[in-house]
Amino acid sequence: MDVLERRLILLLQEGIPLVTRPYEELAQQLGSSEEDVLQLTRQLLAEGKIKRLGAVPNHYALGITANGMTVWDVPDDQISAIGHRLGQYPEVTHCYRRPRHLPHWPYNLFAMIHSYSREEVLATMERIAKELKLTQFPHEVIFSTRLLKKTGIRLKEKTAPT
Amino acid sequence: MKHQVNSAPKLEEGDKIILNHIQGGFPITSRPFKEIGEKLGMSETEVIERIKNLCLSGALSRFGPVLNPRRMGGNSTLAAMSVSPDRLEQVIALVNSYPEVSHNYERQHRFNLWFVVSAESEAEIKRVLAEIEAKSSFAVMNLPMMEEYFVGVNFQFEVE
Repeated sequence: MDVLERRLILLLQEGIPLVTRPYEELAQQLGSSEEDVLQLTRQLLAEGKIKRLGAVPNHYALGITANGMTVWDVPDDQISAIGHRLGQYPEVTHCYRRPRHLPHWPYNLFAMIHSYSREEVLATMERIAKELKLTQFPHEVIFSTRLLKKTGIRLKEKTAPT
Repeated sequence: MKHQVNSAPKLEEGDKIILNHIQGGFPITSRPFKEIGEKLGMSETEVIERIKNLCLSGALSRFGPVLNPRRMGGNSTLAAMSVSPDRLEQVIALVNSYPEVSHNYERQHRFNLWFVVSAESEAEIKRVLAEIEAKSSFAVMNLPMMEEYFVGVNFQFEVE
């Protein structure tokens, strides 16, 4: 990543300036022009270095306090098909395959469900299990009890020596 | 319209309308708040003031970019630990002290600490996990993503 890209991301991650011309404000801090900052921001999005730009709600503060990580042990040869179907449920916000760590951790599929209550999360999981015929596979929901940190992924000031 | 939410405390109708429209796709134009305002029938000033208040009230965790470390030559992973209750607060402080840790949750399970580690190289991730393990003397289970089926956090607030 070049120097200007890095400096722009470092400024952006402190928050988009809440002024009428935020990109001009950033340009002033970078010693660049508004046009260049607009161009570079578009490029960072196009390259996928920035996944999205905008607001990240604090779902806890907004009352969406039931955060259920549903975990499933499904056969490896079916996991892609099952994962894609799970991810299509509107209640599921993230869905990933991750490795098992036997014997302590038998699960290979993770699907996050956020809701207003634990009952809702549990009901959703059981409904999905029935609809996708997953009831025969071991699964459970692991609820969060405390949000301890949520800063989002941040770029560091300097690259650590590798 | 991914996640339908029925009610949300402490939010005015105008706040909900804004929230529903700014969780991505923030305009990359000279006057982005004016553009949002025109779409939502609000003035540029109202949009800016409402977003300011949403940040101040804690309704927003952030207003900026969601980064993808994998596109910057880096990576991220989910890690879990099973920590005894008497050591938990100490280990939480240790884990949270790393800038590479972006999210950390206590969960109701034998594995009671779950956190995300991101860095610009795989080596840095390994170093952070190894350090946490050595300093805490609890094992760290590394659960890197092998395949992504869906990511689309977008909370929609019902407007009356």
